[in-house]
Amino acid sequence: MKVLVPIKRVVDYNVKVRAKSDETGPDLANVKMAINPFCEIAVEEAIRLKEAGTAQEIIAVSIGTTACQEQLRTALALGADRAILVETELEVEPLGVAKLLKSVAEKEQPDLIILGKQAIDDDSNQTGQMLASLLSYPQGTFASEIKIGEGKISVTREVDGGLQTVSLNLPAVVTTDLRLNEPRYASLPNIMKAKKKPLDTLTPEELGVDASPRTEILKVSPPPERAAGVIVESVDELIDKLKNEAKVIT
Amino acid sequence: MSILVIAEHDNEELKVATLNTITAAKEIGTEIDLLIAGFSCETVADQACSIPDIRKVIVSDSESYKNFLAENIGLLVSEIGKDYSHILAAATSNGKNFMPRVAALLDVSQISEIISVLSEDTFERPIYAGNCIATVKSSDPIKVITVRTTGFDDCEDQGGSATKENLDEDSNLGISSFVSEELAKSDRPELTSADIVISGGRGMQNGENFRLLEGIADKLGAAIGASRAAVDSGFVPNDMQVGQTGKIVAPNLYIAVGISGAIQHLAGMKDSKVIVAINKDGDAPIFQVADYGLVADLFDALPELEAKL
Ligand SMILES: Cc1cc2nc3c(=O)[nH]c(=O)nc-3n(C[C@H](O)[C@H](O)[C@H](O)COP(=O)(O)OP(=O)(O)OC[C@H]3O[C@@H](n4cnc5c(N)ncnc54)[C@H](O)[C@@H]3O)c2cc1C
Ligand SMILES: Nc1ncnc2c1ncn2[C@@H]1O[C@H](COP(=O)(O)O)[C@@H](O)[C@H]1O
Repeated sequence: MKVLVPIKRVVDYNVKVRAKSDETGPDLANVKMAINPFCEIAVEEAIRLKEAGTAQEIIAVSIGTTACQEQLRTALALGADRAILVETELEVEPLGVAKLLKSVAEKEQPDLIILGKQAIDDDSNQTGQMLASLLSYPQGTFASEIKIGEGKISVTREVDGGLQTVSLNLPAVVTTDLRLNEPRYASLPNIMKAKKKPLDTLTPEELGVDASPRTEILKVSPPPERAAGVIVESVDELIDKLKNEAKVIT
Repeated sequence: MSILVIAEHDNEELKVATLNTITAAKEIGTEIDLLIAGFSCETVADQACSIPDIRKVIVSDSESYKNFLAENIGLLVSEIGKDYSHILAAATSNGKNFMPRVAALLDVSQISEIISVLSEDTFERPIYAGNCIATVKSSDPIKVITVRTTGFDDCEDQGGSATKENLDEDSNLGISSFVSEELAKSDRPELTSADIVISGGRGMQNGENFRLLEGIADKLGAAIGASRAAVDSGFVPNDMQVGQTGKIVAPNLYIAVGISGAIQHLAGMKDSKVIVAINKDGDAPIFQVADYGLVADLFDALPELEAKL
């Protein structure tokens, strides 16, 4: 089968992003960028399907500026066979991303599309579900285990109460949760080889998709600050503070 | 302007998350309808009718909605939702699952996890793990919104008398089916609505040691949570993870034990009213958000705390 893996270029998860002082946006000057961690898990899962002989071809797709090539090359180094960049300077919202991915999926006809459950920059948690809906595909979101069967996929999902397993007709959309797998690192020889793998570039216009935003960001501000706390010297002092100062226990 | 709120329930009882969502709806407008989609969910519908200030309770009772499969619920809500200006659901794993499908079917954006309502089209939502708060204004004709429950108090659930309307619409895409469920059973309060939460991290060393937290949770009537590291290491199940990509909690008291305080963990608990950190490393970042920090070995501190409470 053919697997499509959409990956997003985001700020590295170790970076604590702050709002710009004029509140026009997050301050992203000189911050380290990386593949969204959930997308790394998606790439890893696709590679495992290929190693198991279930998948034959893995295509990584990213929507964004030319700089996204860097993350696509990483996906290629990890084991994707080819990559597609849908190049745009626009900040595309999940709905626009889903429309662009739909159009790519219609061209490529994948049997399975694996996305991250959430991009750690916008924290939207929407794109996979929207894509599935636009394609009229079923979805297995927040996956911690997948099993491919005859024309079907079984997905175990992390839900608020515990775990849920659903069975979906293929083609389907899966979004990854943290426990699905542990992504590997790219080896140096594979990084070298990845430079020769195909990376095609398309534009939203070529795909015939209007990806203009529906939501305007009026401002981006810092969260309310917490007042500085104190270090207590003992368990007794802690209990005393909680009872008599904070009054949160009796 | 009229608002459709999608109720969160398990076919037996209405979940508190619904009440938080209604509070958000009330800040947007006054004409609020509540949709109960489920199977054999008559008791839920009856409970819902007593919530004050609800115009009507719409009940869609069908086997297709029994397990809340997103494919089917998404289709149903997009059909009913066409006539509303706003569609709201709680940002639970269920709401997060079906709401983007609704938005896509209506060709509108979704505004995820709002924490406040500034006007009928302008909302605040955290981004970058809560390190920034974005004020966003939607130009879509229908606003599809998920609500972070910690951002809104729960509304009253008694004293109302909404009318009930039964729908016999059956939306079943037939492309997905429910197989099984392993739900955690616990006598403790729910993590997301508990007044007190005590969480353990990698410092707990193993699942067995979570007993040290249980003794304290029993005395305080607290829920138990965990960091990602504790879940990934298999100490406790996934549904206990607090954080950016787990559950968001904001109890009166949050006690973090053996948790370093990574950005992603803080994202899930830093709006708690009072935060206590117990960690043997005085430089752990968790102390920067803690109201009361205790630098100690948890294996000494926890038994002492339990004994003295
Ligand atoms: C995409 C992504 C999403 C994530 N989502 C989440 C999330 O939702 N929630 C989450 O929690 N994390 C999340 N993380 C992980 C996060 O980055 C941290 O790795 C994690 O929170 C660390 O857990 P911890 O504090 O338990 O472990 P550690 O960072 O290893 O800290 C353990 C702490 O225990 C203390 N300790 C050890 N022994 C003792 C003792 N005997 N007594 C007292 N203290 C002791 C140590 O001093 C240390 O501070 C995510 C990461 C990524 C990349
Ligand atoms: N610009 C993008 N390019 C490629 N994939 C994306 C993009 N934005 C989102 N995605 C995919 O959708 C997932 C969820 O993102 P979000 O809905 O924004 O939280 C990500 O983990 C990616 O797999």
